[in-house]
Amino acid sequence: MYPRPFEYIAPTSVSDAVRELGNADFAKVMSGGMSLIPMMKLRLLSPELVVDIGRIAGLDQISDDGDTITIGALVRHDDTSESDLVPAALRTAAGWTGDRQVRSRGTTCGAVAHADIAADQPCAVLALGGTMIAQGPNGTREIASEDFFVDVLTSALEPDEILTGIRLSKNGGGSAYDKLGRRGGHTDYAVAGASAHVSMTDGHIRSARVALTGVGTKPTLALGVMEALAGSDGSEASVAEAAQRATEGVTVLEDLYGSVDYKAHLATVMVKRAVLGAIANA
Amino acid sequence: MQVSMTVNGNAVTRDVEPRTLLVHFIREGLSLTGTHVGCETSYCGACTVLVNGKSTKSCTMLAVQAEGADITTVEGLASDGDLHPIQEGFWERHGLQCGYCTPGMIMSALGLLDENPNPTEDEIRHGLEGNLCRCTGYHNIVKAVEYAAAKMRGEEPAPAEWAVKS
Repeated sequence: MYPRPFEYIAPTSVSDAVRELGNADFAKVMSGGMSLIPMMKLRLLSPELVVDIGRIAGLDQISDDGDTITIGALVRHDDTSESDLVPAALRTAAGWTGDRQVRSRGTTCGAVAHADIAADQPCAVLALGGTMIAQGPNGTREIASEDFFVDVLTSALEPDEILTGIRLSKNGGGSAYDKLGRRGGHTDYAVAGASAHVSMTDGHIRSARVALTGVGTKPTLALGVMEALAGSDGSEASVAEAAQRATEGVTVLEDLYGSVDYKAHLATVMVKRAVLGAIANA
Repeated sequence: MQVSMTVNGNAVTRDVEPRTLLVHFIREGLSLTGTHVGCETSYCGACTVLVNGKSTKSCTMLAVQAEGADITTVEGLASDGDLHPIQEGFWERHGLQCGYCTPGMIMSALGLLDENPNPTEDEIRHGLEGNLCRCTGYHNIVKAVEYAAAKMRGEEPAPAEWAVKS
């Protein structure tokens, strides 16, 4: 199964890549290609130009910037999952992405830019309050994670922008991610998943960010849970109660893997596990 | 476009269309048909080869992306007629029935054992989650990889289950 014909270019700088994107009517950025190539083979996507950023030097690093880290556009799932610099939620999510072959080639930034409705790492990045760094023809701009995910497979990136990195805070708290995979356990995309980040003060939750994946059209903050957790004692009972608000304000979608009721229930289970995990890691 | 890479130790250069997948380059361009095309949707892993030592689904990589890469296919494993320990493991532990998934299983197991020479059964099962087999139920594939892991560590593999009297 071949993709439709396309032009291919592998520039060696981000600015060259951005220029190529701007010159084409329909171009796609390729990093690991683990989502793009299957979609092109199925002819769900037929770009006229593929801009392979895989030969651009310097994007394959997780940099320690003091109070923050930045995960470059070519950092593979394997590298993210094994880095001590990366918060636990994202390490876990990266380690549960795809399979071994996918994790050795696919990239964290690619998975986030692809914005699959049931992907692991977008959910973790949203819970961690990451900042997306996008480079386009007019320079670099920053996009907050809650503004980045727009709809099914749609991010806030413009067609001539490249997600060059994801910046995450190093400042304290604890985080975790949990999911039920479509093939059981943690394998494959999430039937439902949740990620949490908590900041603790004197044994109480000062603030929490909780995100869902797999249940709606995009990774979504569970605002009701976040509100219920703020100021709570973080006990199992209080977390379980807060988790009941998991899908408040979220339109839960039925799919091949579960009904609306089942997925809404699963979301409460995953939220509880993720929040308790985050508290344990804090 | 012209693309050059090393496949099983041999330098090769060919003209390809950008849309040529690495698996078609290997099978049709180089006539190395040990690498199989299974699902074509990046699920089944029958097309797994090593790219710079990492298990990779060659149906999910463009040949042009492999420019300068070092590729190993299942044909690159046996030397002078002696099976590689992983191939021997699949033989000795009956790790295949129809054999279609086997080259991918072997190349995936090779990548796994390179990273983890002494995996638990659980680690083997998770390590092969990107490879589907519709015949065996996986049990003997796991045993084959355990056999190979022992051999590659220089140890005597545990006896086959069917050779152990209960």
